[in-house]
Amino acid sequence: MSKVKVARKSTLIDMTAMSDVTVLLLTFFMLTSTFVKKEPVQVATPASVSEIKIPDTNILQILIDPMGKVFMSLDKQADMVETLNKVSGELGMSFTPEEIKTFKLQKTFGVPMKSMKAFLALKPEKQDEILKDYGIPTDSTDNQFKAWVRCARATNPDLRIAIKADSKTPYKVIKDVMNSLQDLRENRYNLITSLKKESAN
Amino acid sequence: MAELQTNEGGGKKKGGGSKQKKMSVHVDFTPMVDMNMLLITFFMLCTSLSKPQTMEINMPSNDDKIKTEDRTKVKQSQAITLVLSGGDSIFYYTGQPDYKDYNSLKLSSYKPSGIRTLLLSRNTEAVSKINVLKQKKLELKISQKDFTDQVAEIKNGKNTPVVIIKAADKATYMNLIDALDEMQICNIGKYVIDKITPAELFLLKNREKKGALTQNSDAKLNP
Repeated sequence: MSKVKVARKSTLIDMTAMSDVTVLLLTFFMLTSTFVKKEPVQVATPASVSEIKIPDTNILQILIDPMGKVFMSLDKQADMVETLNKVSGELGMSFTPEEIKTFKLQKTFGVPMKSMKAFLALKPEKQDEILKDYGIPTDSTDNQFKAWVRCARATNPDLRIAIKADSKTPYKVIKDVMNSLQDLRENRYNLITSLKKESAN
Repeated sequence: MAELQTNEGGGKKKGGGSKQKKMSVHVDFTPMVDMNMLLITFFMLCTSLSKPQTMEINMPSNDDKIKTEDRTKVKQSQAITLVLSGGDSIFYYTGQPDYKDYNSLKLSSYKPSGIRTLLLSRNTEAVSKINVLKQKKLELKISQKDFTDQVAEIKNGKNTPVVIIKAADKATYMNLIDALDEMQICNIGKYVIDKITPAELFLLKNREKKGALTQNSDAKLNP
């Protein structure tokens, strides 16, 4: 009889404690997390000893890939819409509410204005795929980059400009971007880098 | 913990009721833990815990209206010009270069033994003062605010060198950041990123050709 009783004993492990721990961890991660932004190009930032952290909000990030293509991102969707309206107004273009809605959902934008309409009509997956082939024109004849920065500044005066470029980017491209910014009297900006541990001694 | 004992009113029941007495409702938390683990994994993979670092720089204005006399003049003895070129090479000259002598543009490197030694030796006064301050701060004798204020004051002191960074088109972004990094490491407060001029490009070329272009230097001197 006693043998039968032993066989019936179930081997349930009490998962309550485990559950407590996981919930705690989950809460921690949810509260501390800032999501990695989806970027059209992989950029490896150079390392520096600078220890200033970049603020979270009011950032106009300029992304420069090793080939010299320029992309931009704003952290507030309302700003993005306003900026798009201003830029398109300058160029005598207009967008339908649907197109604006699609634009608003972009994490990073960087399409020449003349291809913008065709680009916004595409499916989101397709957009991600071809965005990396575009880039905002920065040449002197058609400097849409300047227009974007000017309009973004007009929309939000508190914006801070941050340049994130790949370490292999030729200085020529950086120079063009910096020159455009200087022309707009944007003389203060941040360069995004990653941390390097090194001391003066 | 996660079980409910259902042993109420056992005494009133007869016979078969004794089985119900022992029964307890175990809530199985395993699926819950599974789900939590999945969510944790998701959050861990999708977050960037470390925020990226940033370097703040101020650029000179591009405004053409600024008159020549309004521009900041730099003493020749205090000026160091770094010329960043392709292939991770870095050159420097102090004060005014001698266009006739191709060796006035000296080759250095981004290694600690290279440009850093030079800059530190030119900036010994400020560096030693800042080191004293750092020590004081470590001993908690001065507050963070005082520390930053005093460091800024020392960096902009009278006898500190002024570094002009000029990058050729062939240089990479990393070279620029490395050069700016050296400014920070060597506690140099006055530095500027400037456009490279034809005179510097000439110096670079002349150095490459080991002085073959020296006879043309007069034309380049006054472009």
